[in-house]
Amino acid sequence: MADTVQFDLVSPERLLSSVEAKEVQIPGAEGDMTALPDHAPLITTLRPGILKVTSDKGVDEYVVTGGFAEISPNGISVLAEQALPKGDMTQERMTEMVDAAKATLAKAQETFVNEPGPVDDAAKLLSDMVAMGGEIGLTAN
Amino acid sequence: MPSLKDLKTRIESVKSTRKITKAMQMVAAAKLRRAQEAAEMSRPYTERFNHVMGKLAATMGDNESAPKLLRGTGSDQTHLLVVMTAERGLCGGFNGNIAKLARAEAQKLIAEGKTVKIITVGKKGRDAIKRDLGDHFIHHVDMTEVKNVGYADAQSIAAGILDRFDAGEFDVAKIFFSEFQNVVTQIPTMQQVIPFDVPAGEGDADDADSFYDYEPDEAAILAQLLPRAVATALFAGLLENGASEQGARMSAMDNATRNAGEMIDKLTIQFNRSRQAVITNELIEIISGAEAL
Repeated sequence: MADTVQFDLVSPERLLSSVEAKEVQIPGAEGDMTALPDHAPLITTLRPGILKVTSDKGVDEYVVTGGFAEISPNGISVLAEQALPKGDMTQERMTEMVDAAKATLAKAQETFVNEPGPVDDAAKLLSDMVAMGGEIGLTAN
Repeated sequence: MPSLKDLKTRIESVKSTRKITKAMQMVAAAKLRRAQEAAEMSRPYTERFNHVMGKLAATMGDNESAPKLLRGTGSDQTHLLVVMTAERGLCGGFNGNIAKLARAEAQKLIAEGKTVKIITVGKKGRDAIKRDLGDHFIHHVDMTEVKNVGYADAQSIAAGILDRFDAGEFDVAKIFFSEFQNVVTQIPTMQQVIPFDVPAGEGDADDADSFYDYEPDEAAILAQLLPRAVATALFAGLLENGASEQGARMSAMDNATRNAGEMIDKLTIQFNRSRQAVITNELIEIISGAEAL
């Protein structure tokens, strides 16, 4: 059994990381999961959160705001909507992102008055975003 | 026969034109590098995205419950053409080629009795097809203010298109842009984005490991991914366009600079000849004057 797996993190704008990873912790929409080499094939959506990659070079952490991940025995690809190294995450960016999430929620509440689905989704996005901020020590306001 | 003075002014004016085209060429070359990098950076995402989409689409297949974005509305009466061009001209056949392709497609659809609606992105394409197809315009996206195309731009265009789709304004959407091959070749391309067109060769390539688990489930993931597929296709198109535009402008301006150079050479020869003729004339007059004495 191989002890590493090819891991790629891409956002629409660029390829952020491509390493041989020992394990990858992914903020899945239905809960965090850690993928080790030879994981069963799985496709999952992401919620805003921290992505943790452990490789020979140490642990890299990235902030992702959503997207999805494809896990197969021979590679893990994370296709994030927006992603940046955790170190680059500033209070300003956080506020910006939370504001965007709030705007989405407000718009959803306006458009889908009688359909709870999209509104709940937007609300969940916002709360996930705030929770993620808490995790890395940034406030949401 | 132009006078010596006329020729001189002419040469000066061509020289200053050459300076301008040379400068534009160099600016385009500098911008091209950046645009090309951006286009190349986005390719891994698009490739992987299509890979996953292909798998998902293969699993869902013709399932009745598949979302409309994948399956289509069941009709192909109304077509939406999204024509993406540049905001500026002076870039050779770049805008014209995209417009030509879009126009051909629109006319074909109209001839088949379909309804055509057009959204233009970029001013030049709008101007180019306005005369023939102006009645079909439903929206225009102004990109003049956008310096560097970001994913957010593509998302906002996509959001507009999806709103129209949800409102039932059209059945099929196609985007037009120019694919960047290299500096001298840009290929005008048409790509269908709604219903999602599974890229050839994807999905069925590795059947062995197509037993994917899905979290939440296929339908929920598809519902999330399909709108993003539209944005991703638009984004890729915009970036390809950006690189193509600069490439086309660079080679167009290179040509213009070379033409100006040739013109200057020709004019200079003409100028020298006429100067020579004037001198010869004067000499003949002096000599014949002296002989007459």
